[in-house]
Amino acid sequence: MQPILEMRHISKRFPGVLASDNVNISLFPGEILAIIGENGAGKSTLMNILFGLYQPDEGQIFIKGEPVKILNPNQAIAHGIGMVHQHFMLVSPFTVAENIVLGAEPRRGLSLDINKAKKAVSEVSHRYGLRVKPEATIEELPVGVQQRVEILKILYRGAEIIVLDEPTAVLNPQEIKELYAIMQNLTSQGKSIIFITHKLNEVTNISQRVTVMRRGKVMGTVATKDTSPAELANLMVGRQVLLQVQKNPTEVGNTVLAVKDLVTQDLTGEKLLDRVSFEIRAGEILGVAGVEGNGQTELVEVLTGLRRAHSGSVHLNGAEITNFTARQVKERKVGHIPEDRQKRGLELDFTVQENLIFGFHYKPPFAKHGLLNKQGIAQHADRMIEEFDIRTPNSETITRSLSGGNHQKVIIAREMHQEPDLLIASQPSRGVDIGAIEFIHRRIVAHRDAGKAVLLISPELSEVLSLSDRVAVIYEGQIMGIMNSSEVTEEQLGLMMAGIRPENYHPLEERSPVHGR
Amino acid sequence: MGTIFDIAFLMATLRAATPLIIAALGGIFAERSGVINLALEGKMLTGAFAAVVVSYYTSNPWLGVLAAVLTAAGMAFIYAVASIKYRANQVVSGVAINMLAAGLTVFLVQVFFGTAGMSPAVTRLPNLGPFTPIVYLAPLLVGMSFLILYRTPWGLRIRAVGEHPKAAATVGISVINVRYACVVISGMLAGLAGAHLSIGTLSVFVRDMTAGRGFVALAAMIFGKWHPLGALGAALLFGFSEALQMRLQGGGIPSQLIQAVPYIFTMIVLAGFVGRATAPAALGEPFRNE
Repeated sequence: MQPILEMRHISKRFPGVLASDNVNISLFPGEILAIIGENGAGKSTLMNILFGLYQPDEGQIFIKGEPVKILNPNQAIAHGIGMVHQHFMLVSPFTVAENIVLGAEPRRGLSLDINKAKKAVSEVSHRYGLRVKPEATIEELPVGVQQRVEILKILYRGAEIIVLDEPTAVLNPQEIKELYAIMQNLTSQGKSIIFITHKLNEVTNISQRVTVMRRGKVMGTVATKDTSPAELANLMVGRQVLLQVQKNPTEVGNTVLAVKDLVTQDLTGEKLLDRVSFEIRAGEILGVAGVEGNGQTELVEVLTGLRRAHSGSVHLNGAEITNFTARQVKERKVGHIPEDRQKRGLELDFTVQENLIFGFHYKPPFAKHGLLNKQGIAQHADRMIEEFDIRTPNSETITRSLSGGNHQKVIIAREMHQEPDLLIASQPSRGVDIGAIEFIHRRIVAHRDAGKAVLLISPELSEVLSLSDRVAVIYEGQIMGIMNSSEVTEEQLGLMMAGIRPENYHPLEERSPVHGR
Repeated sequence: MGTIFDIAFLMATLRAATPLIIAALGGIFAERSGVINLALEGKMLTGAFAAVVVSYYTSNPWLGVLAAVLTAAGMAFIYAVASIKYRANQVVSGVAINMLAAGLTVFLVQVFFGTAGMSPAVTRLPNLGPFTPIVYLAPLLVGMSFLILYRTPWGLRIRAVGEHPKAAATVGISVINVRYACVVISGMLAGLAGAHLSIGTLSVFVRDMTAGRGFVALAAMIFGKWHPLGALGAALLFGFSEALQMRLQGGGIPSQLIQAVPYIFTMIVLAGFVGRATAPAALGEPFRNE
């Protein structure tokens, strides 16, 4: 069978990176081809080339065997290529119909024929079973439906080749199921789909073939039924991925962090943290599990000086630090990896160099006599980039241009370089790719092995369980219980995360105190 | 009170509102496409001046109007090149256009007429009934702008470019071309508004004769929520306050205070009654083709 689309020997260079390196892919009629790779592997670059947003430095595109030049999105559309971008290209105050016909509007004389537009939209939406209301405005629709509008938009333009760029990133599990059904329906009607993702399980669920990319290169293309997630992961990362974190037992030392009866409330007086108590000792990782929004954010904020405690106390290495400022906390060697790295962790439009010293910028060797010391900062940055494997052209690159995983490495480098006695890591692997997750997990465990204390907060149960020595479950601002992670089951944790205390289901006669271990 | 609010007062209101209405429409076109339009004032002033020069030499005020429209469009084009092509800061380049217009017109008055800051009297536009034709044209332009922006494919594209330029680009719309066209149209409208000031209500050019009306028009645009009909209403309100100012003069109140009335009025309206004015989402963001 002849491929409907082929990209042959595509190369594209950007300043400092080879984003596409002699890439070959082919797509057959009626198939779903998954392209998988870590963030920054070159998937989006390749698709932008296909859609005419970038011009390749080398290589050629063939459609139904014919060589074509695609200089802009118009030409891509004319060749039957449609793209659903990761960030939706929808005008929020416009209606569904207006968005779909934009750029190819039906007319009556000089004016826009809105009735015809609505009819055309209903027609396309019927044919492909994608239900939407043409009169609804985009801003009132849930994301899943907005995505449907995006798909309709390209179908309205007669797309035969449909590119979905990380379409599941914004969807909830139910919406993902619906999307899969839509994709299958489209291929059964003869459309061909390229499905970009970095999630392994999605590939096996939906695609016929998988092309794996790493660092701008195609590492291989395999039939989905002949492969396994482990094989794909190896291809993606280029080495055996440790799906299980390797962790040896360590000696625990003195108490590093002692939190006692901590309470904080919002402006209305509602308690966000309710008599929270726990201790972390040197050489130990305490994980905090719980459904997001149960006080985890507030707990971290109080410990790092970003929010006031109304009562209770926090001691670090035996000295009280309750309600210290963020700088005071930091100066007592507490590292903080914030949960929202774009909002709190980085100044995205500053250089990597600058982001690597925030919070330490006033101290030597970064500052002398109140002035920044460029040389000291640059040397430090180069060391950090090397040690933490930050993939950046150089230390003066604007941080925004790096991938999510590298953003996180910049923060981790900054927070860990002073070897803090206590590391507070909040959702450290949120939104980063497998390779970076593995790196981050290894660093956290190494920190603990070096005899430091770690407080790990994560909504991912598997992350908490595999990294932590002990697990605390938080529910509505209260600690429901703390136990050894080797002795607890996911079911027990699940019950506690739903607010059921262990003593209420404990099968033993004797009730153990909640904070007893 | 009956002696203040009479027919003459109503006509003064319409006359004063006319340049505000037309310039506000110009503002709407540019800003709906995502380009901030602080240069309305300078473009009006340029138009006012060009109208007088051409009317002076040809004795044909209609050619003067044409010259005003074209010259202000030229000024707008300079602004477009700076802000769209070279992605200069739109606030700064808008202010630069205003300063350029203020300085250049004074200089050229000297060159053309050999006088300081004021031209000789020129042929003004004839009245059609109580008003010049431009006053009648203003509501027509409002209607046309409304139809273009909300009933044509082109209007849909303009608004899309101002809200989400990337989305427009991905469906093959040239963001750059749409913005150029809109900024030039805004210049043409501002030029027309300027001609109304110099050869519509008066028959001379006086330095800085726009006296902030470009900014009041901008306020009308915001108060009218970037919608032609809203801007019409707002411009009439501001025209009313200007007429009131003229009427109150000589009534024993210090003239400086009275002259400040329209501006104070504008500030109160903007501060208190705009509510949630929703500017086009991509307003002021230069677009880069990737």
